[in-house]
Amino acid sequence: MSPFMAMLRRELRLALRGGGDVLILVLFFMIVGAIVPFAVGPDQTLLASIAPGIIWIATFLAMLLGLERLFRPDHEDGSLILLRQAELPLSAVIAAKLIVHWLVSAVPLLLASPILALLLAIDVPAFGRTLVSLALGTPALAAFSAIGAAVTVPIRHGGLIAPILIAPLSVPVLIFGVSAITSPQSGAATLFLAALSVMAVALTPFVAAFAIGSAED
Amino acid sequence: MSNDTTSRQSWWQRIAHPGQFVAWTTPLLMPLAILTAVLFVVGLWFAFFNSPEDYQMGDTVRIMYVHVPNAWLSQFVYAVITVSALGTLVWRHPLADVSMKAAVPLGALFTALALFTGALWGRPTWGTFWEWDGRMTSTLVLLFIYLGIIALWRAFDDQLRAARVVAVFTLVGAINIPIIKFSVDWWSTLHQPASVFVPGGPRMPLSIQIPLFLMFFAFTFLFLVLHLKAMHTEIKRRRVMTLQRKLAQRATP
Amino acid sequence: MIDLGPHAVFIIWAYIGVLISVFDVIAWTLFDARATARQLATLEACNPRQRRPETAA
Repeated sequence: MSPFMAMLRRELRLALRGGGDVLILVLFFMIVGAIVPFAVGPDQTLLASIAPGIIWIATFLAMLLGLERLFRPDHEDGSLILLRQAELPLSAVIAAKLIVHWLVSAVPLLLASPILALLLAIDVPAFGRTLVSLALGTPALAAFSAIGAAVTVPIRHGGLIAPILIAPLSVPVLIFGVSAITSPQSGAATLFLAALSVMAVALTPFVAAFAIGSAED
Repeated sequence: MSNDTTSRQSWWQRIAHPGQFVAWTTPLLMPLAILTAVLFVVGLWFAFFNSPEDYQMGDTVRIMYVHVPNAWLSQFVYAVITVSALGTLVWRHPLADVSMKAAVPLGALFTALALFTGALWGRPTWGTFWEWDGRMTSTLVLLFIYLGIIALWRAFDDQLRAARVVAVFTLVGAINIPIIKFSVDWWSTLHQPASVFVPGGPRMPLSIQIPLFLMFFAFTFLFLVLHLKAMHTEIKRRRVMTLQRKLAQRATP
Repeated sequence: MIDLGPHAVFIIWAYIGVLISVFDVIAWTLFDARATARQLATLEACNPRQRRPETAA
């Protein structure tokens, strides 16, 4: 088994061992989405018109919630130092972590989104576009989360700072993500979203590895 | 840092020594401060007494004389921080992180002022303090990035380590800012087919250009003076921290 | 003073806000510089005193 595959398996096993994490994330996503109607009122047409925004905000917040898991445990038990000295370059380690992070924190949200769509009165074609936009946009969110987590690993209470750092970076994801669902130019927005994700995912392993490396030495 | 070629050091290496840097740039401070003050006095005189009202904006054009320089500085300071971040990471220049740390709060202040004056200009012109238009929104996001950098820096205990990590984040921000700007512009034209007045548009009369340029240079020099002074303070603060650490070490055994 | 037209309030407040902030940041920079310089001076003054009893002992 190649080192990269071994890393993937290790991460996946660690992430799924505490299966509660995934469940809590999905629960949080659902609750954020479901609490909005109480705040804005039960008007079906209004809800349907802001539903893409609500779903994206819920996704964004849920993914912020899970970012601590990326590097914090490895930093605390010292395995991050071991991983830095491994044969596999740190950027490849982070790429594996990023893939697993996306699998365990974005895919469950995608699977749970039909229920939220039902509650928020989204019609079927719009829901199809919502799924596409979430699938294309969440890799970029995961990548930004990884950068935020990597930059704040050395800080003891970094969990509070990372969201502040990530939110401004995520503005384009939210813009193109919601536009891909609702706007008349949804085709262009979808392409921009995909481009953003490709770029973020391609660069993040190197940036995050560099951040971790420069914090340690 | 090579000490073997002391005779033919470049100025680049010579100012790498913090004490040397302070000694070299201290004589610059006073003339620069005076120049800034003169520019401000002349610029303000032109802005209030020697410039006409704009045919389109009326007297509110006078807000532009403080708004445009601040808006320019909000981006210029980020460029300064980005270059300093490169200096920290690539060349490991010892003054780069001092420069970065001194510039970030100034950048945040100028960005906040750009938003403040922009809002006060927007109220009479657009009829609202806040408009979700491309410029203002991306400036707001820039302010958030500045504040994030400050928060990140304050969270670290070890300053040298903080400098490198902040530098990485600053570079990530620098890559992202054009993308944010593009997306926000795209988004705002999508929602309201913009017919916003563009300051500094095709052709401004000379009587408006003169105070604008004067204030532009006044604010830029203000930043340079404050940045230099803050760098000196930061260098001294580091020496204070080193001395305190030495004292503590001597006290413990 | 010249006539600033119907929107004088906004113009004056814009300038007042900028002036206050600029003065504050200048004052803070000078205060910080003084305080740090004083701290450095006291530390450097007490540093050799601290060393002497050590070498004597």
